[in-house]
Amino acid sequence: MSITLTQSAADRIRGFLENRGKGVGLRLGVKTSGCSGMAYVIEFADEIGSDDEVFEDKGVRVLVDTKSLIYLDGTELDYAKEGLNEGFKFNNPNVKDNCGCGESFTV
Amino acid sequence: MALLQISEPGQAAAPHQHKLAAGIDLGTTNSLVATVRSGKVETLPDAQGRHLLPSVVRYREMGAPQVGAIAKQSAISDPRNTISSVKRYVGRGLADICKGCSCSEYEFVDSDSSVPRIRTVAGDISPVEVSAEILKNLKQRAEETLGGELTGVVITVPAYFDDAQRQSTKDAAQLAGLQVLRLLNEPTAAAVAYGLDKGSEGVHVVYDLGGGTFDISILRLNRGVFEVMSTAGNTALGGDDFDRIIAQWLIQQAGLDPSALSAGQMRAILLEACRAKEALSDTEAVNVFLSDDAVADSSVWRGELTRTRLNELIDPLIKKTLSSCRRALRDAGIDVDEIEDVVMVGGSTRSPRVRELVGDFFHCEPMVDIDPDKVVAAGAAIQADILVGNKPDDEMLLLDVIPLSLGIETMGGLVEKIISRNTTIPSAKAQDFTTFKDGQTALAVHVVQGERELVSDCRSLARFELRGIPPMVAGSARIRVTFQVDADGLLSVTAREQISGVESTVQVKPSFGLTDGEIETMLRESMSHAKEDIVARMLREQQVEADRILESVASAITADAALLTDVERTQIDIALAELRKMRDGDDPQKIKSAIEALNAASTDFAARRMDASIQSAMTGHKVDEF
Repeated sequence: MSITLTQSAADRIRGFLENRGKGVGLRLGVKTSGCSGMAYVIEFADEIGSDDEVFEDKGVRVLVDTKSLIYLDGTELDYAKEGLNEGFKFNNPNVKDNCGCGESFTV
Repeated sequence: MALLQISEPGQAAAPHQHKLAAGIDLGTTNSLVATVRSGKVETLPDAQGRHLLPSVVRYREMGAPQVGAIAKQSAISDPRNTISSVKRYVGRGLADICKGCSCSEYEFVDSDSSVPRIRTVAGDISPVEVSAEILKNLKQRAEETLGGELTGVVITVPAYFDDAQRQSTKDAAQLAGLQVLRLLNEPTAAAVAYGLDKGSEGVHVVYDLGGGTFDISILRLNRGVFEVMSTAGNTALGGDDFDRIIAQWLIQQAGLDPSALSAGQMRAILLEACRAKEALSDTEAVNVFLSDDAVADSSVWRGELTRTRLNELIDPLIKKTLSSCRRALRDAGIDVDEIEDVVMVGGSTRSPRVRELVGDFFHCEPMVDIDPDKVVAAGAAIQADILVGNKPDDEMLLLDVIPLSLGIETMGGLVEKIISRNTTIPSAKAQDFTTFKDGQTALAVHVVQGERELVSDCRSLARFELRGIPPMVAGSARIRVTFQVDADGLLSVTAREQISGVESTVQVKPSFGLTDGEIETMLRESMSHAKEDIVARMLREQQVEADRILESVASAITADAALLTDVERTQIDIALAELRKMRDGDDPQKIKSAIEALNAASTDFAARRMDASIQSAMTGHKVDEF
């Protein structure tokens, strides 16, 4: 079981957390919604829940609840720039299919 | 796949439900757009990495108008079709424009409507349309950057903008296809960016020295609400004037004849002046030189400008801003020592000399941590992020409240408060009312504002009628009155009869025409008259109740007198007479007991009427028909 971050994602997350001034780390998860079944959740985390798995990569603490982890195991989180737009990108080996816009996926 | 941003805990949006919001600083000289991403405020650059968009639009014979730096370049070659500083003209009549500044710059056309238009090769263009072009450009930049359509924006306007200028700004946004969540005062936006709204209550000063304009605003933070106490400024004083005065010095030092310089040479000198000014923010002295572009005999003039020298040159201009500050303080009626802090806004406040003199004047260290060019847009972005609903409720920023309660008049001249004072806006509340008389088909809604119990002591805002209520027995119609105050303080009142669906509505601006003094007087009166108001209210309530019961008993007697024995009839008549007598007295308690007496006397009668009416309704029908 593992979740990893690219260097640029780790740097960004550290910056955002610092700017926010509070929070124990970053929470990743999935929820069932969207046009293709599942959608990613990426949030600041203020506390560690009892069913959270905690990963640490490049100095950033990443929290994933055990249920979501099944769908996210092996994911690498990247920070990418596309034209003027920039943001986080999940490189998730479990994904079989994306919806057209890429906001949701199926496993 | 789509690029994602980090949300606050529990706020992650479902796919396709991203709420993108941006703050726009629509400036006289430059405009900016900012947004909150992953909890961080940032201004958005264009593809070339430039954050500032010059507020310049050039209209061409063919093709779409050019906006920004590209338009600014043609300001000299094509001055009539290149419109800059359009903010000065927005929402103003032709007479105002000509009075305010040099109208020779553009050719204004007095059109049929009251809005003046500027004649260009692409036709006659209104200032609102020019603003819309700038907004469109920023909208496109934001949507490309955020990867989706904007749900809403907050646009900043100077604190002194009047209703017409604000409305025109909104019109421009609408023209650009933007949904305006709120217009925010520029100084308030700057204060929000520094987080002053979460800090201590007190008086804050916003010193805004931009490229071409100077504004000073004095704000008071009271329970999370920024109130503008006074504003002052100079619409023709800014960083450009600093450049001009340095350029004059350069011309003088180089021994040039100002009248012999071409426009191109003058521009080169101004650019050099600007460069020297900016460099002197960090160093004590800077080398200046005028190349052969500027100097006629193709030699190159070299010299040195020291910070001391620069300070001597610009001091008179800074002093001018300080005299505006003095006036603003006097208007607000406060002392320099009452000021908590000074927020610096506008590129020209990068100058160490400006900071020094402003700090001395207000006896405190000015706040300069946030880039002064971006601080207003940043504040607007924070506000937009909250208004669009990207923050948990407990972080909801309280910016505006309703100063006095809003309500409607009910029977007996009483006020039924629907939205109470200090409710944050936007807000909506509804209450159900009913008819007072049998067969009543219309209802007059009188919207009032104030804290007192009686309508005569409150301020009347609007009256309207709801017609077409189907005739019914008194009390059975259900009329829902909804009060809605939007983020700009606009109140709309809707009355709707629930059964038939007839509806009537009116819009008013509750704060219109009320000064702070008047609001205060109204509040104070409500305190001092609290007790008598309550007594008056109780009396009126009992009187209304008495009228209602007198009316219904009288109509019952007329209809079904046959059901009564003589003894009963006499008892009811006595009770009726007693209530009539008490109703015109001034003791609510006595009226109340008289009502109870009449009720008791007529209970049997009412029961018998009920039986009779049920019997008549059922006669001739089978049970299973019901």
